[in-house]
Amino acid sequence: MPSLKALRTRINSVKSTQKITSAMKMVAASKLRRAQQQAEAARPYAERMDRMLRALAASVAGSPTAPPLLVGTGADKVHLLIAVTADRGLAGAFNTQVGRATRNLARRLEADGKTVKILAVGRKGRDYLRRELSSRIVGDITYAGKRRIDFGDAQEIGVRIAAMLAAGEIDVATVVYNRFQSVIAQIVTEQQIIPAPPPPAGETLDTSGAIYDFEPDEETILAKLLPQALAIQMYRSLLESAAGEHGARMTAMDNATRNAGDMIKRLSQNYNRARQANITKELIEIISGAEAV
Amino acid sequence: MPLSLEIVSPEKLLLSRPVDMVVIPASEGDMGVMEGHTPMIVMLRGGTIDLYEGDRIIDRLFVDGGFAEVTQERCTVLANKAIPLAEVNKAEAERRLAEAEAAYEAADKRDVATEDAALDVVQSARAMTEAAG
Repeated sequence: MPSLKALRTRINSVKSTQKITSAMKMVAASKLRRAQQQAEAARPYAERMDRMLRALAASVAGSPTAPPLLVGTGADKVHLLIAVTADRGLAGAFNTQVGRATRNLARRLEADGKTVKILAVGRKGRDYLRRELSSRIVGDITYAGKRRIDFGDAQEIGVRIAAMLAAGEIDVATVVYNRFQSVIAQIVTEQQIIPAPPPPAGETLDTSGAIYDFEPDEETILAKLLPQALAIQMYRSLLESAAGEHGARMTAMDNATRNAGDMIKRLSQNYNRARQANITKELIEIISGAEAV
Repeated sequence: MPLSLEIVSPEKLLLSRPVDMVVIPASEGDMGVMEGHTPMIVMLRGGTIDLYEGDRIIDRLFVDGGFAEVTQERCTVLANKAIPLAEVNKAEAERRLAEAEAAYEAADKRDVATEDAALDVVQSARAMTEAAG
């Protein structure tokens, strides 16, 4: 039986932990709201970009000069995996999930005889992948200390990927990130971005029958539009991941707060029992002392 | 007012309203768009977008380039940045122009694509200073 003093210290320490976790939960909740708004606000641009891109892609389809950002290099040898994680931990399995999915994907590709390169976005993922696959990492980007992600950040990544593609260093690029589904569910998603995936089956090209004119020509526009579309895709993944991170942290901290509560309850019960036992013991001592006189 | 105009940046929907006519700075010259325009996808250079209601300009915005999709009933402008003309800051525009020109000087002139990209930035910054002035 631990002493009363030890129990008291224990209870106090759990109480202060609980205070911290519940504060972190509140912070995560408010950040989550902001991240969701940001993701919401980015949607119109992405949708319209997508519409334009499809119209353009349809009109250059089959052309031998179609740009590699759209159709890839024609090879399937070197895969770039972009692992998007958070810069901070204490968010449950959020970061490890992406790390593990990236590792499994890398193993699978290598088993098929492909070369894998990894671009780690976010400090936690970088650290994880460094332990596991350090030789494949070709670069990392972290946003530690940054309050919010803006489009410029995504553009930077896009430029980097496009440069690697242009230099013939990669053939296929895939983003691995946590898609925000709800506060309690983040789904690890592997999304191929180069070559651009074909539109989902069964969906016909909806340009309301319009045949577009292009000014200047399709290929000049495409050359400008594709890097932008790539940046948008990265921006979306970054925002989804940011929202997911806060959601995951909120859930993790909620659980931690609840566990701390349970623990405090158990410890206080032990403490009270011990105190009562002590009092009983002292009473017995006094009574038997008095009887002996 | 029949033509619905939308100006969108990656970070948010900036403007969505019906107008009679809009003049957009297409890469090969300004382009007036009214209802029933033939469907087009155009590239934009840096310049001002003028919103018309009847014969009157009701709003002017500066955009730093981008794309526009025109159909019979709507015009969608995808820009990285669009600011009301009144809020364009001359000092900032000049600083950007100086930066862009320096970047152009430093750019590798043997590579046509890099040179073009740098030139576009200079053009956009110059349009911004003009818009401010």
